[in-house]
Formats: sequence, structure tokens, C-alpha cells
Amino acid sequence: MGRCGGAVVNWTETLRTALEAVRAHRLRSILTMLGIVIGVSSVILTVGLGQGAQNKVKDEIAALGSNLLIVSPGSSTSSAGVRGGFGSATTLTTTDADAIADTSVVPDVEAVAPTTSTSLALTAGTSNWTTSVVGTTPSWLSVRARTVETGRFFTQAEVEHASNVIVLGSDTASELFTTGNAVGQTVSANGRTLTVIGVLKSTGSSNSGTSNDDTAIVPLSTEESLAGTTSGSLSTIYVQGRSSGTLGAAYDEIDALLLNLHGITSASDADFSISSQDSLLDTANSTNKTLTVLLGGIAAISLLVGGIGVMNIMLVSVTERIREIGLRKALGATPKVIRRQFLVEASTLGLLGGLVGVLIGIVGAQVLPSIIDQPVAVSALATSAAILVSLALGIGFGVYPASRAARLTPIDALRSV
Amino acid sequence: MSAESTGSPVIDIRGADKIYATGAVEVAALRGVDLTIGQGEYVAIVGPSGSGKSTLMHIVGCLDVPTSGKYLLGGEDVAHMSERQLAEVRNRRIGFCFQQFNLLASMPAWRNVELPLVYAGVPRSERRERSRSALERVGLADRADHLPGELSGGQQQRVAVARALVTEPSLILADEPTGNLDSSSTADVLGLFDELSSSGRTIVLITHEHDVAERARRQVQIRDGHVVEDSAWAGAGVRS
Repeated sequence: MGRCGGAVVNWTETLRTALEAVRAHRLRSILTMLGIVIGVSSVILTVGLGQGAQNKVKDEIAALGSNLLIVSPGSSTSSAGVRGGFGSATTLTTTDADAIADTSVVPDVEAVAPTTSTSLALTAGTSNWTTSVVGTTPSWLSVRARTVETGRFFTQAEVEHASNVIVLGSDTASELFTTGNAVGQTVSANGRTLTVIGVLKSTGSSNSGTSNDDTAIVPLSTEESLAGTTSGSLSTIYVQGRSSGTLGAAYDEIDALLLNLHGITSASDADFSISSQDSLLDTANSTNKTLTVLLGGIAAISLLVGGIGVMNIMLVSVTERIREIGLRKALGATPKVIRRQFLVEASTLGLLGGLVGVLIGIVGAQVLPSIIDQPVAVSALATSAAILVSLALGIGFGVYPASRAARLTPIDALRSV
Repeated sequence: MSAESTGSPVIDIRGADKIYATGAVEVAALRGVDLTIGQGEYVAIVGPSGSGKSTLMHIVGCLDVPTSGKYLLGGEDVAHMSERQLAEVRNRRIGFCFQQFNLLASMPAWRNVELPLVYAGVPRSERRERSRSALERVGLADRADHLPGELSGGQQQRVAVARALVTEPSLILADEPTGNLDSSSTADVLGLFDELSSSGRTIVLITHEHDVAERARRQVQIRDGHVVEDSAWAGAGVRS
């Protein structure tokens, strides 16, 4: 007679028994898995929402232009908060912009676009529309990586003469001129009549707080007289670096130049700040990340609750199937085999719940953007992690019920009715 | 194997006590039971309910261990066996039949019958074959794919007998196998036991019905945890 005992029961046999048990109690199994399903799908969706928001911000920042440095008035220091107000401080001037554009001083700069912007009401016939009117120079077009759809952009000569010309963003154009071509028409702003010479191509980045397409661009000098602002003060200087590799050098050159021009000796007293697309991305992502971690944490807790649900049901199942366990033991199942059977059953529930959750998460990621207007990016990492975690939850929370089942003596199990 | 072998005993119980402690009260289910059953014997253990016969059966079947005393199964002391070894002994040497049949309702008859073979680690194709032939022996080959719920009580018990047979154990233990059966099913099942006995298997049958006990070649009477009468004593010229 062989001396190998019940330990040789193979895994396929154990798995088959577990699947049969899951199938035999279909409703209960579904309800047990529900917790895991909800947990996994919400983990996938929250992580997907966070990822989607990050991708969106990344796209928006990339749409600003390439190799861009943004010089703003005022400064923020890490220790003392914000010095001066962003936008309200008038420390940047056209002199600064001209200096940055001087390639003998700042060799790593490709182009400079000084800008100043005001919110103004534009009127065309009976329509009027309030938008942000940006005054700048012709280089704005290339620095901000924009193109003109119809008509043309203004020239340096028009900037020098403060010509009455205006280039509209695509949304602004369609708001003001609901029918027909905007180019050649006139709009009036603050009593001044401007001729529309061009319409910008849409960037397509909608849904953001400040649309790139709802804007109007005028020569810098025209803007100053329209808004009545102090001559020479700027709200932002956009600087395009020569290449991504030299962007750091350009940053340092501009920083040194402006400190020198403003007569500031200590960098911490700077009355301007320079940000790159990367630093903008970091700032935006840090908020997003916090939110993702928070929501993901809540989802993870629901996953944990789902795991406890599995344990709860497995304990009920052990009690309910006490006769079956007794019988199996009487027929030669060792405690190890019984423990393994219940462990596999619990992990099957966990894994199935995880897979169904992933499925719902992926479907939700397709459906959700059309409901809440937010992109959802399903990450393969989060998906596989969620499946692994649900399997681990099944195993982890199956250990106790399984060892209870294994500890039952066959006689106690058989006797109870 | 001869039907009336008197070689070394299969079951050798000496002075076995079984005491259940329920709270402060201790209940002695067995008190100093001595029982020796030889290879190939057909023994009925008879007694009213509460007499301790089920407890004795559990000890004989290695489902439980005596509180004190010795139990040698095939010469081996079960007290020295681990849970795993006991499971193996139940699997290889003992076939069980229960009053409640104890078939798993979700599995067809043949899957119920193959269950002990699963725990013996027999490959699937061989299990299927042996399970079918065991069902054939109890006359239920055509019901192999039926669920227990689709079978009559007598048929269910025959499936249970097939399950007890499938590992070819030397000892068959039946606990009130006819307790839930009508008279014709009872006759069927007892007929099976007669056959098994004549093929040399040791059979221990527990019952409280005297006409069932009459079918065995030896009757052991139990009352209040004691063996009060054993027909083997009569054969040896000893009577209490």
C-alpha cells in the first residue's frame, strides 16, 4: 500500500472543486465578489481619471509651444509665499523683452514674444463679446506655435504704427461673426475701430479654464492705447529657447540678465519669475497626484472591505458545508487538502471579482468621459496591480476560514446536521 | 482471502473509554470496551440509541480517537498516527456508508464515487473507469450521470456503497445504512453487503434493527458504553 496519502491531490483537481463550489452557490458568489468588483473598478477609474487629467494638462502645456520659458512679473519664493501679485505687478517692461531678444546677450534664445493682456468687450454690428485681448509682436505666432487659418498675422510695421488691426481666435470669430468670413470686417473696442486681418487656427484644446481659441491678438502698441495701460509694461514675456537641451542655459541667461537690468543683487529678491513647461507640469501634477492618491486610497479601502466580505462569506460557507468537509475528511482528505480547497475557493472569488472589476473599469473608462467631460486613461499598471491585489485579498482573507475548515475534526463535522 | 479467516485481527480494541466533556458534565460514551474483529468477519453492532455504538463506530473508522485505551488497526496503534496518516488510513483501508448517505448533491453519482480516489491521488481517467465499474457492481451503471437528488433513497445508498468500495478497502464500516430505507431497498443494500462479505471483506455494520443484525455472522450488543453480549462468546462457550 502506497504511503503518499492525500497530499498528492493535484492543483487542477483543487481548482475544479473550487470552481464547482463557486458555481453551486452562484448568487452568493456574485454578492461576495461584488465588493471586490466595486473596489477594483473604482481603483481603475480613479487612477484613470487622475492619469487622464495629467495627460490633459500635459497636452495643454505642450500646446503652449515648444521649448517655452514664461517670464512673469512678481515672484514666488518658497519660504515667504508670493512676492507681489502675479499679473498685477508691473515689473516687466518692453525694455526687458528687447534685452532678452538680443542674441548677443542671451545666445540661447530663439524668439521672444512680449505680451500684455486685458479683458475687453468687442463689438461687431449687433454682436458683442468680451474676451482677453492680447497685445504682442509678430513673433508671438511662432513662439506660441500657432498658425493663422484665414487672412494674415500683423507685421512689425503695424506694431510700430499701432495700426488698427486685430487677429481673432477661432471661437471669438464665430461668436462675433456668426455668418460669413470675419476677415475684412471691423470690430470696435473702447471706441476704436479695428479691422480683422486674420483668424487663428483652432488648437482644439477646449474645456480648459482659458481657451486658446477665445482670444483676440492685436499689436502691442495698439493694446496699450486700447486698454490705457502704462506704456511699456508687460504681463508676460514668452521666450522660445533654441532647443530643449539649451533651455536650462537660456533660463540662467534670462535670469541673470533681468536681475542685472532690475538692479537686484540677490536672486531671492527677484521681482519676476521664470517658469518652464516642465515646472508648470510639475505644479499641475502635484495637485492632480494628491487628488488621485486620495481617491485611490478611498477605492483601496473599498477593496479591503470587499476582501473582508470574502472572509465573511467563506466563514459562513465553512459552517454551512461542515458536513461536506466531514465527509471529505472521512473519505481521506487531509487537513492540508481541505485548507487548500477553501483557500483556492476564496482566491477564485477574489480573482474573478478582480477580473469582472477590471472589465467594468475599462467599460466605465469608455463611457465616463462622455458623462463627466473628463478624460479617463486606463493604466495597464493599475489594472494588473488591481487584479493581483484582488487575488491577494482572496488568499489573505481566505486563510482564516480555510484553516478553520482544516481544523474541523471529521466526527464533529459529520455529526452536525 | 477466505471468508472466515481467523488470522491476525483487523480491529483490536482494548479497554477503550470515550468521555465527552460538555461543560462541567462528563459523559462517558464508551467504558472499557474490548473488541476484536478478525479478517473477513461480518459483524453487526447492535444497541439502542445512546448506547455508544456510533461512538464505537467512529473510533473503529479512525474518525475519532479513544480517550483512553488502545486501538490497533491491522496491528498499528492509531494513537501514534498523525492527522495525515489517519486520513490516509481512512482513504486506503476503510470504506464508509452513512445513514444519511452523505452524497454531495452538486455532483453526479460517478463523481461522488470517485471522490476517495481523488484523495488517493489516482489519475483522472483511471478514476472515471474505477468509479464506473464500482457503480456497475452495485447495479447503477446506468445512473452514473444522475445527481443524487434524482435517485431514490435505496439508489443513493447503493451509490454510497459504490463509493465505499471504489478504493478496494479491506474494511467496510456502515452506520445504520438501512435506517432511511424502505424494506425492498434495505434488502438490496444488505444483499450487497452479503456479496462483499463473501468476497472476503471485513464488514462492520451498526444497526438497531434486529432483522438487519441477523444478516451478519456475528452480533455485538452494546448498552451504556459496554459490550453486553457478543455472539462470538457463545461460539467460544462463554456467556455473560
